[in-house]
Amino acid sequence: MDWRAFELSVRLALVTTLVLLIVGVPLAYWLSFSRWRLKFLVEAIVALPLVLPPTVLGFYILLAIGPHSPVGQLYETLAGQMLPFSFQGLLIASVLYSLPFAVQPLVSAFSSVDRKLIEASWALGVSQLKTFFRVILPLSMPGVITATVLSFAHTLGEFGVVLMVGGNIEGVTRTASIAIYDHVQALEYEAAGQTALVLVGISFVVLAITYGVQRRIWAIWPW
Amino acid sequence: MALVVALRKGLPNGLTISARFALSLKDPAVLVLFGPSGSGKTTLLRCVAGLERPDEGKILYGDEAWFDAERKIFSPPQQRRVGYLFQEYALFPHLTVEENIAYGLSSLPWREQHERVAEMTELLQLEALRHQRPTKLSGGERQRVALARALAPRPKLLLLDEPLSALDAPTRERLRGELRHLLKRLSIPTIVVTHDRTEALALGDQMAVLIRGQMRQVGPVPEVFSRPADVTVAEAVGMENVLPARVLSREHEIVTLDVGGRELIAVGGVSGSEVFACIRAEDVMVYKEAPRGVSARNRLVGRITELRSEGPVVRVSLDCGFPLTALVTHQAQEELALKEGDTLTAAIKAAAIHLIAR
Repeated sequence: MDWRAFELSVRLALVTTLVLLIVGVPLAYWLSFSRWRLKFLVEAIVALPLVLPPTVLGFYILLAIGPHSPVGQLYETLAGQMLPFSFQGLLIASVLYSLPFAVQPLVSAFSSVDRKLIEASWALGVSQLKTFFRVILPLSMPGVITATVLSFAHTLGEFGVVLMVGGNIEGVTRTASIAIYDHVQALEYEAAGQTALVLVGISFVVLAITYGVQRRIWAIWPW
Repeated sequence: MALVVALRKGLPNGLTISARFALSLKDPAVLVLFGPSGSGKTTLLRCVAGLERPDEGKILYGDEAWFDAERKIFSPPQQRRVGYLFQEYALFPHLTVEENIAYGLSSLPWREQHERVAEMTELLQLEALRHQRPTKLSGGERQRVALARALAPRPKLLLLDEPLSALDAPTRERLRGELRHLLKRLSIPTIVVTHDRTEALALGDQMAVLIRGQMRQVGPVPEVFSRPADVTVAEAVGMENVLPARVLSREHEIVTLDVGGRELIAVGGVSGSEVFACIRAEDVMVYKEAPRGVSARNRLVGRITELRSEGPVVRVSLDCGFPLTALVTHQAQEELALKEGDTLTAAIKAAAIHLIAR
């Protein structure tokens, strides 16, 4: 059994989810409440990973963080290692790839909070930031849970982007989904079957718990 | 010291709101913002609260400028310290009654918050409901929680948007009286938005009439009712005679009133001794000579002070010791040869006098 691959997959999914919540909440807040005319452009960019083939996304990420890009060079000077084919590089790729899965449920939750409640909070002297934490966020908990679960599950199952950006280094970038591909290539159907089954099991349990807890998940899973 | 509002705001639906009024802060009064639905009352109230930004003009609270288009001043709602009561109350569903009331107090020390919540739950009789969620409450209870929440931070100005319209009729009837007593007791300058005539009479000291975005008249409540500035205001208020009266005696449902030194008989149950006697002008009959054998209980001799033609009818203003308005047709006016200065007898059926507690 590919325990190291599972460990890596789960670790990557957890860290990605954490980063996505930190990045996604302010972004979703801005998308929900901004009145900027060109907001739709940002919305389109955030949704791009939903429709792009993972190879295309992976290719551009590879270029963007590679040793010839400013980002890649800066990282190399600071950290002393390259971003591609490392866990950190994989993390960046996963965050971008799963961004819409975190942002869309959050936007939909934030926008459905009754505007009157937000105004009532303002009129009671509470700042916009505090209103977010005291009214909008607590009333958006189902959306936050959905965003968390979808980010986690989607990262757990990613394949193309990981392959493009991370390659296939055991213990560093070989996730469970890539291990399955490896096994099939080597005609090790039994090992592939075991790993696949565990992945199905984990995903099912996570989703079942979520549905059971709140019985309401935004239907944005595109395939 | 006064709240001075003079502003203009265009709405996306094409309506332009243009309003100008002042409310004394030294001697806190209740101003009723009255008008038919869709006339822009709520938007005007939201401008005062800082939830909307007017296009032009200014809003001054004493010497504080809350909004001034010329000086580019706009203070956000957080800085205005107003208590705002939303039409559907907008209670926070994830918080208990107590937490809702304490919501605007977070900048105070914990002990003071606690005292303030206790004071508010007592004032609005919410002790038994402290740990309930708003979804479990009745309409009347929600209204009291929303009032407690708005009052807890000690607002400088209270803004009530249709405070009774979300309630069913019997509850509305009961809470109207309670709200009136509460506002009297609090003595905070207050603006109440309403489209309901009875509410305006029961709650207001001053009244501003807004029709299709235009402020048509501002003045003491009985004056606006009895001397509407123009026909549209008259149509909107629909009650020409609003007479301050004192109850002399009650016998079952028959109430004897003193109106400007004259006695009137009215029908209806109303508590308190100070009331408004409301009479629609079309319910006042006029006779050139003192009539005999008339069923109407109230007969008053008065002099015509003014005759004004309004479409198919003539508005007859009488002085019977108090001002009284009657509506007659042009034919009636010609037949009776009415002219200013004439003496007439007015007759009003007891049942046509509608009593509203003050």
